[in-house]
Amino acid sequence: MSLDPAYLEYPRRREGYDHDLYTWSPMRERPPVAWPEGKTLAVWPVVSLEWFPITPNDKPFRAPGHMQTAYPDYRHYTSREYGSRVGVYRLLDAFAKAGVKASFATNAAIAERYPSLVADVVAAGHEIIAHSTDMNGTIASGLPEDEERALIAKSLDALEKATGTRPRGWHSIARSQSFATPRLLAEAGVAYCCDWVNDELPYVMTTEAGELVNIPLNHELSDRQIITVQQHSADSYVEQMLDAADWLTAEAAREGGGRMLPLQLTPYIMALPYRIGSLETLLETLAARADVWFATGGEILDSWKA
Amino acid sequence: MREGESERTGDPGLYDYVPYRGRKPFAWPGGKKVAVWISPNLEFYELDPPANPHRKSWAKPHPDVVGYSHRDHANRVSHWRMADVMTKHGFPGSVSLSVALCQHHPRVVEDASQRGWEFFSHGIYNTRYSYGMDEAQERAIIEDSIRTVRDATGQTIKGWLAPALTHTPRTLDLIAEYGLTYTCDLYHDDQPMPVNTASGRLISMPYSLEVNDHYGFFVYNMSPREYADTLIRQYERLAAEPSGTVMCIPLHSYLIGQPHRIGPFEEVLRHIAADDRAWITRSGDIADHWISNVGDAA
Repeated sequence: MSLDPAYLEYPRRREGYDHDLYTWSPMRERPPVAWPEGKTLAVWPVVSLEWFPITPNDKPFRAPGHMQTAYPDYRHYTSREYGSRVGVYRLLDAFAKAGVKASFATNAAIAERYPSLVADVVAAGHEIIAHSTDMNGTIASGLPEDEERALIAKSLDALEKATGTRPRGWHSIARSQSFATPRLLAEAGVAYCCDWVNDELPYVMTTEAGELVNIPLNHELSDRQIITVQQHSADSYVEQMLDAADWLTAEAAREGGGRMLPLQLTPYIMALPYRIGSLETLLETLAARADVWFATGGEILDSWKA
Repeated sequence: MREGESERTGDPGLYDYVPYRGRKPFAWPGGKKVAVWISPNLEFYELDPPANPHRKSWAKPHPDVVGYSHRDHANRVSHWRMADVMTKHGFPGSVSLSVALCQHHPRVVEDASQRGWEFFSHGIYNTRYSYGMDEAQERAIIEDSIRTVRDATGQTIKGWLAPALTHTPRTLDLIAEYGLTYTCDLYHDDQPMPVNTASGRLISMPYSLEVNDHYGFFVYNMSPREYADTLIRQYERLAAEPSGTVMCIPLHSYLIGQPHRIGPFEEVLRHIAADDRAWITRSGDIADHWISNVGDAA
């Protein structure tokens, strides 16, 4: 038994990465980031607004949270819809009460199906960013490039039509991209994506169609990971977010420069009646801190670039 | 171990059975009861690795953005966060190293080297598996490991943790033949133990799956504070037993160095550092001490 000799050849074993999507840069050696008004911790809430067709698509893969039973999966279809009818309004109220602005990663289908919801989000001053067409709009290698380009265009067009503003940000379903995605996003005029989780501050990706900024949206800190996957309580979630906030604030003071804490929230997970109170406590606690700057992705991008 | 024999008997023939009960009490240097070593895994995973016929690398089609970029967090952010906490409380690292990191991110390796950390090999990349290698191929990765770490750090590796824990039946014989003294791949004991090899002299170094941060967070789904409590319980129990044990804390900075986890973890280091029963050291020092003081008596 032996392996193909090519298995022991390493053509990309060189200084830097084994790809050209971005360059290596250790966070602590970069010029310090300064957030507005001398704040040291940017807290970035990102809410997913998702519509799951009851007919799931497995190509290129089935989105997390999608249908699970034989057709018709009423239990999951309606449980996800609960988020878009009830849960999201609890989140909007909680944000308003704490004086917090968020980015809403929104399926095009939400804008088309529930225009009043998108109008309510926009009226409250939140940012809308693109989050594919609907939850069948997953991206991965194997999706033909022209289909991926069309999916991106359709997502951006629908949100622009609904809100009058073309989204600057993009969030792929499950953060899944193909090798072409950064280039196609840059080509479509998207300013930032939030799919790569390798950093805690924005950084530049380089593509043949120009630059794209990645603002890392930490998947380990998401409500899906902590509550749904790891099955911790909402109170444990809050404790973990506050531990993170404490650490990052102290690190910012010690090393200089701002830090960022993303809060990724899913209405059908975090905005259930028995969980929302914990989130309200978290938002109020963070909003009361003098060093915290609540910001949308677009505001973080502008401040980081300035 | 004799090739072919284990298939016949079902026993890989790695070591002799030695029950815990009745072992002679043993103390580490300074009369310490438990040797504590931290093993940061400094790894490089490839974005688009070639396929091994025996094991898939990424769960998703390449690029697996979350899989790859989560691990890349180590080499941009969390290595330094984890390493600073270790240094602050007096814990050196014994690095399980994807040796190609010496080429890709030499400054990460240099940082660990300057902190006085030891390096042992964890293969070339954590996306290149040993399954299916012939003897010449396996010799090539061992020789590559020895050469690469020596060129980058001046150290001669003493230990081995198979890349992504992938072995062949000849791995342990080969590393012993090349003069390595310990393997981190066997989990049968809380003390070092002799390993049967065709030549040379090899011991098993207690590493850990159970208190590995990967297991803590992704197998047992612990919260950061639950994991910290687990480590303290593990330490307290081992320190209370008379045998003279080893406690390894295997870490991945992209896990333990996340902002919600590093604070609770620092409390573990503070706890162990303040206790006088711990010999806080490196795996190679544990191996050297065991071999010269226990050796054949074990």
